Amino acid sequence: MYTMVLSILHRASGLVLSAAGFLYVGWLAAAAAGPGCYERAVRWLSSLPMRIALALALAAFWYHLFAGIRHLSWDAGLGFEKRTARRSGVVVVVLAAAAFAATIFLTPAGRFLAGMP
Amino acid sequence: MSERPGSASRHWRNQRLTAIALVPLGLWFLASLLRQPSLDYAIVSGWFAKPLQAFLASLFGAALLWHSMQGVQVVLEDYVGGPLRGISIVIARALHVGAALALAFAILRLAQGAAS
Repeated sequence: MYTMVLSILHRASGLVLSAAGFLYVGWLAAAAAGPGCYERAVRWLSSLPMRIALALALAAFWYHLFAGIRHLSWDAGLGFEKRTARRSGVVVVVLAAAAFAATIFLTPAGRFLAGMP
Repeated sequence: MSERPGSASRHWRNQRLTAIALVPLGLWFLASLLRQPSLDYAIVSGWFAKPLQAFLASLFGAALLWHSMQGVQVVLEDYVGGPLRGISIVIARALHVGAALALAFAILRLAQGAAS
């Protein structure tokens, strides 16, 4: 059950990051189009729904990164034993939560997403 | 999408390659993004006007879009059935190729901004 939830979370976070990848392209395309277009894009990205979406993408980034490293180590034949796999799942969630909290609270861009001064 | 023998294992291997590439590239991108003093036009256009940064940004974008396409395809193969499956994969592929072209064009234009 618990490993199944983590596996679905890996897929879900991947899909969130796919959407974020398209935002990355749109953001750079707006910058290439010029200052006026870029300003409008940033104003849209600064709206509350988009800030929530970007914070979600940040959480997805950290989860997908650590869970992805866990998957890659399985491919290398490491940590596939049941107890080790359960334990590494906990490590992934804790690391992702800590990294998310650090980037949200300790960086200017993160504090902006969280709506903090 | 196993139209050719060996295409599934190639898909599997390529997905791992892009996954490994995205560990350093993703961390580079996030660290660079979070380190910018602001995301004003002048700062962002100055960031991508540097050749190495533009190169890394395109490498990151290419790996990200490729890995994204591979992941989306697996999800569509698992959850979409019938004739919609093939169509949805073709649409997803077209969107990703379009995004890759737009990204290449945007980064080239931003990199040229330094010269002019």
